Amino acid sequence: MLIACPYCGPRDVAEFTYQGDANRPRPDPASTDLDAWNDYVYQRANPAGPHREYWQHSGGCRSHLLVTRNTLTHEIAGVAFVRSAPVPATKPAPAAPRKRPASRKAKP
Amino acid sequence: MAERESPLVPVYRPGSHGNFAAGAGVRLLETRPGSIVQAAAWPGEERRLAAAIAAVTGLALPEGPGAGAADGRRAAFGFAPGRVLVVDQQDGLAAMLSGAIASDIGTVTDLSHGRTAIRISGDKAEWVLSKLFAIDFAPAAFPSGAGRATLHHDVSALIQRTGERQFDLYVFRSFARSFWTMLCHAAAEVGYEVA
Ligand SMILES: [Zn+2]
Repeated sequence: MLIACPYCGPRDVAEFTYQGDANRPRPDPASTDLDAWNDYVYQRANPAGPHREYWQHSGGCRSHLLVTRNTLTHEIAGVAFVRSAPVPATKPAPAAPRKRPASRKAKP
Repeated sequence: MAERESPLVPVYRPGSHGNFAAGAGVRLLETRPGSIVQAAAWPGEERRLAAAIAAVTGLALPEGPGAGAADGRRAAFGFAPGRVLVVDQQDGLAAMLSGAIASDIGTVTDLSHGRTAIRISGDKAEWVLSKLFAIDFAPAAFPSGAGRATLHHDVSALIQRTGERQFDLYVFRSFARSFWTMLCHAAAEVGYEVA
C-alpha cells in the first residue's frame, strides 16, 4: 500500500503510523458528558468501504495526514494535511443502544 | 566548544573493501560538518525563513517540497513542511541563523552533536541506496540539491543529493555506527572505498 504524502510524494505504508478514525468529534475537554466521552473513546462506525482516518508520516516529514481509505480494497481516495482539513463537526450515528456500566449507577 | 568524537571510530576502516577488483562502485566518507541545524518556519513564514537562510549561507533555496541547494561547503534542503536542514562544514552556523531568524519567523535547533553525516558517491550510489530506502533515487525523481526524509528499519535518515552521483545522509548519532555497518554491507557487492 502506498500513501501519497502531500509533501513527500508516494511512500510505502511502512513509513506511516495509523492514528485512528477521523470521524470522531472530540468532546469539549471540560465536558463531563460520559456518553459523549464513551462515544469518542469506544464507538466506531467500522464501515466496509471509504473511511476517513488519521495517519502520521512518522518515517518521513512527520506530518499528520487525513487519509480516505477504502477498508475493503485499501484504495486511497484522498490525502490531505490535517491542518488544512475540516474537523468532524457531527457525531457519527450511534452503533447500538447500550446500558450504562454498573459502576456509574447512583449509589443509594 | 567541546571536542567531538565520531561514533564511527570503531568501525571506520579507510581503504578498499568488498568486491573492488574491477574498481570501487562507491566511495564512503564521514563528512563531519561543524554545524547541522534545523530551521523551522511558523505557518506562512516559509519565504522569510528561506530569505534568512539565504542571507546567512548564500544558498538560494528553490520553492517546493524537498527543494535545496549545496555549494560544497554549505548545504540546505527542505525535508518537511516549513522545515529546512542547514549544514555548514564550519562551526557556528546555529548562532548565525539564530541572529537572522527572528522569533516571529520561526525557530532554530542545533543538531550538530546529534547527527552523523555520511557521504556516498560513485556510479553505484543510487544502486546501493536503493537497497536500503524505498524511495526513487533516479535523477528525474530526486534532482541535485533536493532532500528527502525517509527511514530504513526505523532508522530515520535525511538524504540530499549533492552531486550527479553523490548523496549526503544524516542519521541519528546513536544509530550511526549500526547504519554505517549496514551501509558497508550493502556496498560490499559493488566494492567500496572508505576515504
Ligand atoms: Zn511526508
